[in-house]
This record gives sequence, C-alpha cells and structure tokens, in this order.
Amino acid sequence: MGILTVANLGKSYPSAGHPLTVLKGVNFDITAGSSVAIVGPSGSGKTTLLGLCAGLDRSTTGNVVLNGVDFNNLGEDERAKVRNQYVGFIFQNFQLLPTLTALENVMVPLELRGETNIKARSLALLDKVGLAERANHYPTQLSGGEQQRVSLARAFSNSPQILFADEPTGNLDTETGEKVEQLLFDLNKDAGTTLILVTHDLELASKTERIIRLKSGEVWSDEPIALQHGQ
Amino acid sequence: MILGIAALVAIFALGDNLNRDIDSQAATLIGADLDLSSNRESTPAAKFIIDSLKKEASAVSEEQRFASMILFTKTGGTRLVQLRALRGAYPFYGVMETSPASAAADFYTGKGVLVDQTLMLQFKASVGDTVQLGTLKFAIAGILNQAPGQSGFASTIAPAVFMPLDAIAKSGLSQKGSRINYHYYYKFNSGFNTDELVKRLETRLDKRDLDAETISSKKESTGKSFADVTKFLSLVGFIALLLGCIGVASAVHIYVKEKVKSIAILRCLGLSSKQAFLIYLIQIVCIGFLGAVAGAVLGTLIQQLLPVLFQDLLPIKMSTLISWRAIGQGLILGICIAFLFSLSSLISIRKVSPLNTLRAVTPEGSQAKDPLTWFVYLLILAFITCFARLQLSNWLQTFVFSAAIVISFAFLYGISALVIKLIRIYFPYSWKYTWRQGLSNLYRPNNQTTILVLSVGLGTAFICTLFFVQSMLTSRITRSTDPTQPNMILFDIQSTQKDAITKLTKSNGFPILQDVPIVTMRLQEINGFSAADVRKDSSSKYSPRAFNAELRVTFRDSLTAAEQLISGKFQTRINQARDTARISLEESYARQIHAGLGDKLLFNVQGMLIPTIVGSIRKVDWNRVQTNFRLVFPLGVIDDAPQFHVLVTRVPDANASAAFQQKIVSGFPNVSIIDLALILSVVDGILDKIGFVIRFMAGFSIITGLIVLISSVMISKYQRIQESVLLRTLGASRGQVFAITALEYFFLGAIASLTGIVIALAGNWALARFSFEIPFQPNWLAVALIFLSISGLTMLIGILNSRTVLSKPPLEILRKNS
Repeated sequence: MGILTVANLGKSYPSAGHPLTVLKGVNFDITAGSSVAIVGPSGSGKTTLLGLCAGLDRSTTGNVVLNGVDFNNLGEDERAKVRNQYVGFIFQNFQLLPTLTALENVMVPLELRGETNIKARSLALLDKVGLAERANHYPTQLSGGEQQRVSLARAFSNSPQILFADEPTGNLDTETGEKVEQLLFDLNKDAGTTLILVTHDLELASKTERIIRLKSGEVWSDEPIALQHGQ
Repeated sequence: MILGIAALVAIFALGDNLNRDIDSQAATLIGADLDLSSNRESTPAAKFIIDSLKKEASAVSEEQRFASMILFTKTGGTRLVQLRALRGAYPFYGVMETSPASAAADFYTGKGVLVDQTLMLQFKASVGDTVQLGTLKFAIAGILNQAPGQSGFASTIAPAVFMPLDAIAKSGLSQKGSRINYHYYYKFNSGFNTDELVKRLETRLDKRDLDAETISSKKESTGKSFADVTKFLSLVGFIALLLGCIGVASAVHIYVKEKVKSIAILRCLGLSSKQAFLIYLIQIVCIGFLGAVAGAVLGTLIQQLLPVLFQDLLPIKMSTLISWRAIGQGLILGICIAFLFSLSSLISIRKVSPLNTLRAVTPEGSQAKDPLTWFVYLLILAFITCFARLQLSNWLQTFVFSAAIVISFAFLYGISALVIKLIRIYFPYSWKYTWRQGLSNLYRPNNQTTILVLSVGLGTAFICTLFFVQSMLTSRITRSTDPTQPNMILFDIQSTQKDAITKLTKSNGFPILQDVPIVTMRLQEINGFSAADVRKDSSSKYSPRAFNAELRVTFRDSLTAAEQLISGKFQTRINQARDTARISLEESYARQIHAGLGDKLLFNVQGMLIPTIVGSIRKVDWNRVQTNFRLVFPLGVIDDAPQFHVLVTRVPDANASAAFQQKIVSGFPNVSIIDLALILSVVDGILDKIGFVIRFMAGFSIITGLIVLISSVMISKYQRIQESVLLRTLGASRGQVFAITALEYFFLGAIASLTGIVIALAGNWALARFSFEIPFQPNWLAVALIFLSISGLTMLIGILNSRTVLSKPPLEILRKNS
C-alpha cells in the first residue's frame, strides 16, 4: 500500500454565488520513498491538490489517506498532529516565521512535538544546508536562496515520511534555484523521504520518478518518468 | 484621536458656555450692584460709609450671615446651618426660588423662614412645620430651592436658612464673640458706575475693614475659578489626546511600511521623493481632518450631558449652546496632531528607493540617522508645551506639565526597553515551548511591546492614580471615625455657658476631650509696619492680606499632641503683666506673613492693642480632629479678653448624638455643633460627585488607551495570522497556538499594567508624602485587581483577534487574508 492515497478527490469554492470547481475526481496512489511531480498550467489546481494531500484544507468530495490515516475522519488538531509527525513542507515563498531566527525556524516542528535537546540536531541540519554560520539571523537578514535553504532544513527537521514542495525554486534565480534543487534531492535521497513536488518547471519535474499532469482540475496524465521519455 | 478631540471640544465648549453664562448671570450671582461686607460689627466710621451709600442707592438690604443650629420641633432633628438673617428686598437681581412660589413673598412680609431643600428632605419636614432658631420658633414659610449665588454644592456643606433680621436680637443668637458676617446690599440706578465708586472709596473701605464686591468683580472671580477648572479638565483631555496620538503614530508607521512597495513602483515611474511624501501627507492630514470632525461632533454631543455632571457644583444655570469656537479649536488640534504625529513616519517615505521594486525584502531604514526626525520630535515637544501654556497660568507650571509628560513617556519607553533587554538576557530556556514562544514574542521583530506599554501603561497609571487619590482623601476623613478620636465639636460657647455645658456633657456620660478658649483679634502691625504702610510701599515683603484676616487665637501653657516645636522656645506664661508676650506661630502661617523668631507683632484685640514677639514656631498636624491654632499666646496676656469656648467630645452613636444636640440647642441656642459623622457623609457625597467628574474625564484616556490597544492588536493581525497559520501548517495544535497568543498578550498586559502601577505608586507616594502629608498605604488588593483586570483584558483582546486561526483549516485562512 502507498504512503499517500487520493480517491475521487474534489474541491469547489463558492464564487459569485455559484460553486467554482477547482478539482474533480482526482485519483492516485503514491509509494513510500518515491518522488512525484504534479505539473500543470496556472490555475490547474496544483496547489489546491497539494494542500488537500497535506491536510491543510478539507475536500468537498473524496478522501485523502496519508500513511494509513484518512483525513476525512480527523479534526483540525488531529490533522495538525499528523502533519507534525509525518509531513515536511517547502513553499515557493519560503514561509519562514519572520519573528524567529534561522535556527529557531528549524527547531519549531520539534518544539511542537515537545522534543528536548533539539538545538544540536537543528544546527546540524543548518550545517547540511550550509547555513550554520547564519543560525542567529532573522529571515529578513537572509537572501532568498538562504531562506529557502533554511526552509529545507526545517522541512527535514522532524524526519518526515513525506515531503510536499510547492514550486521550491519558483522565487529563485537559476543558479540559486539549481543549488536548492540539488540540496532538496540529496537530502531526500539520504532520508529516504517520499517527495511530492508541485511545479510548472518541466525540467525540475523530470528529475522525479513520476509526473502527474493536471488540467482544469482533473488528472490529464499520470505516468512514470521513463515512459514520458519514451523508454 | 476622535475621543481625545471629543473630550477637548466638550471641555472647551463647557468653558465657553460658562463664560457666557457668568456674563449673563453675574448680577444674579451677587444679587445686587454692590455688596459691602465685614466680619465685625461696624464701627461708627464704617457705619458712616454704609449709611452715606444708602443715599445714593435706589434700594438697600442688610444681612447677617453665620453658622447656627436649627431644631426641627416635630422630629427633634438638629443640624448646623448657615443662617442668613435678612432685612430688605434682597436679591435685587434674580429671585429666591421657593416652593411654593409665593413663599418668598411671605418671607419678605415676615411670615416665617425659608429652609434649604436638602434640610427639608433630611428631616422630612413640610411647609408649615415649626423650627427653632436660637430661642425663637418660626413656621417654615417655604422650601428654598435656589438663592442668588448659592450652588447645590455649597448647600450640601452648609444648607442655608433665611430668617428675618429683625428677629436676631430676640433670638439670642448674636452673642459676644459670635462669628457673624455683615453684608450690606445696594442697588443703584441704571447707568451708575459702581466700580468707579468702589475705586474711589477703596482706601476708606480698607481702613474700615469693609470688603466690596461688585457685579464685575464677582464676574471676574467666578470666571477665574471656573477657568481654572476647565483648564485642568482640558489638560486631562489632552492626555487622552496624546494617547490617541501614539495610536496615530503607530498606525501611520505600519501603514507606511506596507506602502513601501507601492511607493517604490511609483518612484520607478518617475515620482519624485517630494511628491511621494506629499501624496501621503495630504492623505493623512485629510484623515486627521475627518477624525477631528467626528471628534468635534461627538464632543458637542457630550457637551450636552455635562450640565448633568457639573450643575450641582455651580452657582449659575448652565447652558449648552453649540460653541463654534470650541469646534474650530478641535478641528485645528486634530489636523495639527495628525500632521505632527504622522510626520516621523512620513519623512521616511522620502528615503524609499525605486530599487525596492527589485528587492524581495524591504530593508529597514534607520530613521535615527535622519536629522529631520529629531526636528519632528522637537516640533511635537513645542506643540505639547504651547498647548499646556495656553491652559496653565505660567511657564513654570507649563514646564512641569510638559516635563512630566516627557518623563512619563520616557519612563514607559525605558521600562519597555529594559523589559525587552532583561527577557533576552535572562530568557527561561527551560520553560515549555508555548511559554517561551509567548514570552519571546515580546522582543522579536515587529513586537508591540513599546506601543502597548506606552498606551496601556499610561491608562493604568491614570486609573490607579484616581483610585489612590480618592482612597487617600477618604482615609483622611475616615481616620476621624476611629473610636478613640473625638467626633463632636461644640463652639461659640460663651464664658458664662461653659460650666453648664461641661456639666451637661459629663452628665450624659461623654468625655471632655478638649476645652479651649478662643479670642478673636487682628494683626495691626508687623515690625512697625501697618496695613497702610504696606499698601503704600509696593516693594514691601509683607502682604496687605496679612492684616485683613480675623484671627482666632487661644492661650495655654503647653503644646498639644498635634504640635511640635521646630524653633525657639515655647513661653508658657508671662512673668509680669508688663512683659511683652512671646507668642508661638504655626510654621506655614509664619511663612505666609513673613514673620520669624524675634519679629514684633502688634495685635488689635477688640480695640485693645497688645504688643508681642515671635518666641517660637510650631509644626501642627492639621489632620487631627481637634482645635488647632495658627497663633498661641502664653497665659497671663489675653486671659480676660472677650472670648468664647470650644468643647470637643466623643458621642458613642447617632442616637446619643441626636439626643445630646437637642439638649444643647434647647438650652444653649447660640451654641453650634459640628457632628463629624454628618460631615463625613456630606464629604463622602461631595467626593463622589467630584470623583465622578474626574472619572468621566479620565474615562476618555482609558477608553483611548483601550482603542489604541485594540488597534495595535488589529494592525498586527495579518502578521499574527500568518505566523499562527504557519505554526498550524507545521503541526501546532489549536491549544498550542491559543496558548502562545494568550501568553504573549498576557505578558504584554502584565508588563504594561505593572509599569503603570509603578508610576502611579511613585506619584501617589509623593502626593501623600508632600501634599497630603499622610502615610501612603496603598490598597494592595485593589492594585492586584487592577493588574489582573488590565492584563486579562489585554489577553482577551489578543485572543479574540486570533480566534479565526484556531477553528479554520490553515489554507482557508491564508486564502481569505491573501
């Protein structure tokens, strides 16, 4: 059984008095340890799908089962607990807590778990992303690339089983983007984490094992990368 | 800001209306064109002046005013009243308002007395009942609702009873030593210049101990006292406004920070820094103008309610006309404030570079390096000083007020900086995550510690100060209810009555705690200088006032428990009749008349001149319930002078007090009684009224403080929501986010309220020590309650602001707020 199962997933929002359907009938199953890219044009429902898969929002239809836990059966707090236990996040706009230093940002998921002696582990992660020297800097004192590297360290701090990355290089220049990209795949490989990557960058998507294409809220194609390359 | 402007517009309008009302009602304040008064029976020379003026007047009236006891024969109730024995048609302006309306006319024709409504209510008396004044009984002709120049406030302290002057002689109320004020009222034909007449007679009137009051002098003195009150209230309102200004400054600061991107884009498109600055300046000034308009409207509405608060304290009828002048002042103030307090943030717009469009992060500019910032601070200080100068009478007071404002703000700012530093240094790393996160938010970037400590701290200091001052005032009074302290004072006892009253007191089982002889006299000369000499010499250090007062003096051979010798030697008795007496002066009286040890004072004791030398200076605890004196003679000098006595005793309860008072009034009608229990309830009532007026004004500051608190929490709402949603995304439970938010605002509220309490404690300790001269004993329970209430309220506002984060999915909130 996969780590993430999405069955008949649908989401609509009220818009001008009528429901606006963003996702409909989405089905897929993701194996633990694999890497998957969700691609599609703007407005195709990529980020909505990622939010539903991570339990950040409630679906209108269907269900999401993460590591054997059906989100439909959980309240807000229970879903938060699941995220804290199994999930790591990387966002396009980094989403660091501006009032915390780089080190404190990395420590947050562990703090929320109530773990102790976490400073050394968090510093080690910052060291892995090359930012041990800047541990006490606030996000505003870091460049975009540095902020995304802190975000990477934070995503791996709770040793997640699944990592959701939403356009992780979207706000970075090519050179920095490539460095962050490399770091993301290296850390993922070392930790054996499942990676769900949302992007419209086909080159980045091609580095994963499988690509799910979305179009107008529906799965248009879902193929392993080898098939896409015509192998 | 709207509330601050509203408070000031209401107060300015009150002042305007008071001035107008005093102008239009001045004649009814005194009831005549001229009121000549003296606190001694007129000498032939004085009588000559009084009579000669009668020839020029179209109507005259005469009054003797003094404290006396009234006895309601039906119920046996007694009380000290201000007896106004009248002859003639006074008042010539205004009317005696009575119930029934015909009662005033009945009184003038000698049919009974008019009794103040508070007395009628207290003793449940009705028109037609009988009262005893001295040895005479009178029917109550009517209830006195309003007499010229009499405020509800004054009648609470000493309710007035009008009786015919011709009955005084037969009543036995006027005795040797009785403290009577003699008034002679004149009405002149229209066009007669009373002020010129008084100016012409000034020296002669002074010489004969006659004081003159005209309509214009009354207008001036009444106007001045109420101007003082409205100026004081304006300053209280101004503090509310300053609190609002902090809110304005903080809101504009955040607003400008949010607009940096837009400004940078406009700069890219060719907007100059000056144009960018002007765009936002005009916008803020317009908002300030709208706020000022709203404040002026609200203030005008509040002004309609003010007569309800103040009418009892005033001797005139208050009107509530719209004051365009006050509205204009409010609008100008609003615009000035919006301009000045937003300027420090607005000038940073000049420094916004077009490069900001290309940067992902907006760097914080250092305003401290901008010399214009200091110029803005100077402008604000100048504005505060100028406003205070307009309300206060001299530069020293202005300086003290402005300095107090600056020091309070600096202290609050310093405390918040210190707290931030201390938290960083001594951060409790061992605490639970939620506690640490809540606490560390106090010093993290974009924290609200300073703004909240300033606004909530100042508001708390206000509440506490009001509370402390009120309890200090009441504690001064309630100390007299101590069972070991005296609670009844009998005065105006003639020497012939002394033994009988002592006997009566003892036979009722009450102790004689003090029995003091009192001799009235005047100061004739200080070191050879008379009042006339001092008046002639404008450079003289002595004040003519020193010679005006009638002094009540005692003689004894020892100091009382309330007295302490601070210099010289207390003379107990003169050795030989020809020796010059060495008298003892109370320290503040000695300062007031500029007399020191060895100075020669000549006294006029009812016609007899007695030379003395200042032999000692005493400190007197005036707070004790006993007779205290500014001047004490040794034995053997004035022992045989005409005198009256004061007897101090303690009665166990209200019933015993009423029964004893009845016996005294029946047997010794000229003797007056002060019942401390009654005074206590009267003073309590007055304090309540004054306290309400002050609370009403301070309420503006407190509400403004709360609005600043709510708005600063709202301003940070989006940032807080963003943070809370992120925490929820990373797996924080609702409980954790709730705890972090609640703790952060609790810490903020606690620090702010504690700072305010510390300021109030320090200020009130100084007040108690130096002004009230009593030990400062704060009510710690009340302090704890204030602390908990304000911390709790701050926390509640913070939690209410964050409640959406707790119940909704993170993505939904982010989408709503994006």
